[in-house]
Amino acid sequence: MNVSVDQDKCCGAGTCVLLAPDVFDQRDEDGIVVLLDERPPGDLHETVREAASVCPGVAITVGS
Amino acid sequence: MTQELLRYPIPSEAALEPPAEWARLREQCPVARVVLPSGDEAALVTRYADVRAVLSDQRFTRPVGQGARVADVESGGVFNSDMATVLPQSGEGHLRWRRMIGKWFTAKRMTALRPAIEAMAEELVDEMVKHGAPADLKAGLGFPLPVWVICDLLGVPDTDRDRFARWSDMLLSMTRFSQDDMTAAQAEFGAYMADHIAAKRAAPGDDLLSALIGETDADGNPLSDRILVATGIGLLVAGHETTANMIAKMVAMLLADRGRWEALLADGSLVRTAVEEALRMDANAGFGMLRYFTEDVEIAGTVLPAGTTAVCSMAAANRDEGTFEHASEMDLRRSPNPHLAFGAGAHACIGQPLARTELQAVLDVLLRKLPSLALAVPVDDLRRVEGLVVGGLRELPVRW
Repeated sequence: MNVSVDQDKCCGAGTCVLLAPDVFDQRDEDGIVVLLDERPPGDLHETVREAASVCPGVAITVGS
Repeated sequence: MTQELLRYPIPSEAALEPPAEWARLREQCPVARVVLPSGDEAALVTRYADVRAVLSDQRFTRPVGQGARVADVESGGVFNSDMATVLPQSGEGHLRWRRMIGKWFTAKRMTALRPAIEAMAEELVDEMVKHGAPADLKAGLGFPLPVWVICDLLGVPDTDRDRFARWSDMLLSMTRFSQDDMTAAQAEFGAYMADHIAAKRAAPGDDLLSALIGETDADGNPLSDRILVATGIGLLVAGHETTANMIAKMVAMLLADRGRWEALLADGSLVRTAVEEALRMDANAGFGMLRYFTEDVEIAGTVLPAGTTAVCSMAAANRDEGTFEHASEMDLRRSPNPHLAFGAGAHACIGQPLARTELQAVLDVLLRKLPSLALAVPVDDLRRVEGLVVGGLRELPVRW
């Protein structure tokens, strides 16, 4: 799994961080998404897909 | 868009159920002509994909000074008020303002707040139990908890909460209060917040308002008092009214069918998905969101001309069978659950991690402390809050 984020689309809702704090974080200075792990381990794939599908800014892309 | 003209909001018989009209509109009339309490016309959008697309469209924001008004008073109420224009509504200015606020609502900060929120919830539940059943869970827990949290974050005393509640109801009026009441509430709340900001300027605390006083805009200038006041009022109102109502509605939905409550008692790990499902299922969510189209837009095959005001019903969209399988059924394990309760795009609710944290904390505490919790009245006797742009229950009578 390959994960990428688009910081311009991020609205800082933190939904991804609440779901998968090992993969996503938010910058302290403005709450914008930071990708911690571009290739998360298999046991997190489902959660990461969920984070991508519920992101209000459609800022997360998941590739195979 | 057909020629029929519906009154909006569409009334619903039951406090927790959607009007039957929603399903028909999604299916047959996804862009419907509606008339708002102000008498102005708008275009109601009810399908999931359309609501999501309109809310995410960066070209448009709400109607201020042009387009349809909501409330039955001259100003049109909160969605049209000039308080909204004080804050930057779009582009770089909005982005900068939003990010200044956003850092106070990060998931990490909210997670760190959670033990304090749970402790406060426990204290409020203990107090409610002390007075004996039946009790009004909205007055005893749903309302005071989010007020305390947002007041703590802003550095405002929560002992003033009865005043906040009164001003807030007036600011959020759709049909309940007169223009004079609403104008007076805005002036009183504004004066209160201005005094508070002056006090913070003199003696800064470890809170959001004190921090904002020290921030600068894109040109390096400090934020004006008007922006600070509008931000303080906006966060205080948004931070308590919606969550207070949602706590009561969530608990009502979960108790309306004993099987749901028992499923949560049996497996506490369902709390997270249950909260999301309650947000999705909320059929009494209030007015929805407005967008003013400054150019032509095509929605579901209909071209809406520039000058149209669209009403996005997130609650109707959240029941769209095309997006959510068995959309009318409450599935506490539903995942993923990309509901639109907090909106979408650049203007999505900035406080959503806080709301989620509060809802999860409340539910955890109730399951732990009051496993025998039950509605003290038949679900059909629950009554809706009327006449405001936010939806809720007037009270939630419970026993245990």
